[in-house]
Amino acid sequence: MWTWFHKLASPPHFYRIAGKLTPWFGWTALLLIVAALYGGLVLAPPDYQQGDAFRIIYVHAPSAWMSLFIYVTMAVAAAIGLIWRMKLAHAVAASAAPVGASFTFAALVTGALWGQPMWGTWWVWDARLTSELILLFLYFGYMALRASIEDLQRADKASAVLAIVGVINVPIIHYSVIWWNTLHQASTVTKMGAPSISTSMLVPLLMMILGFNIYFFAVLLTRVRGEVLRRERNAGWIREGAQA
Amino acid sequence: MSFAEFLAMGGYGQFVWPAYAVTLIVLIGNVFLARASHRRAVEEALRRAARQEAGS
Repeated sequence: MWTWFHKLASPPHFYRIAGKLTPWFGWTALLLIVAALYGGLVLAPPDYQQGDAFRIIYVHAPSAWMSLFIYVTMAVAAAIGLIWRMKLAHAVAASAAPVGASFTFAALVTGALWGQPMWGTWWVWDARLTSELILLFLYFGYMALRASIEDLQRADKASAVLAIVGVINVPIIHYSVIWWNTLHQASTVTKMGAPSISTSMLVPLLMMILGFNIYFFAVLLTRVRGEVLRRERNAGWIREGAQA
Repeated sequence: MSFAEFLAMGGYGQFVWPAYAVTLIVLIGNVFLARASHRRAVEEALRRAARQEAGS
């Protein structure tokens, strides 16, 4: 296990294996997302309270989920990079940030488009929405900090600290709908006991979330491969491996 | 259900479709940006390798 792990962490091996995995992730994700689109837009019945507006859930909830999942991925990778001085982990953290920021943006915009017809407002400064907006600024702060430090190792370290401190916002976002009074509805999927949603509505949602996750792995691996190349200053393998 | 009814989304089409469009743009955009970033790294690495070879 450990030798396998060390081998994977070596840049040429990682580069090659990631290159082989990426198309598999990409096509699996595409299949899942297309199936989930059909299930969510066509097969699922309209909600008895929200009508067809509820269908925004199939892009809003997965985007919001990814905004948190990617942040945790980034923070864990940053912590591994700090503690074990693993360059590959820093490369993962740096690669995750822009993708996470884009999903946070999507969650906010789709949320506004859902809020307007349901709540009568695009935006309220309540706990859920505000903490999600802070998440977007955390991503931006992380990326700006990295961009502002020229020395790569110092950029890795400083931005890792920011990513780790910022992780405190993740449980705040998750529990905000329980801790505070908010317009935002409580979680649909992870409610205690049975999810409060019928199967024909739930299955496309779960497929979409799974599809987004696998999609993220494909995008992340592509970005990390680039980061790995940038970090390998004098490696002979680049010549043979780079084109693949 | 007709296609026009599908597009109308029970009167919520003006909210549902932009939400899907924004998400789709984010999904497609990420793929393009990631691939461009990788391609740039490959080009830089090859240039660097060529320079090192010429220098040594």
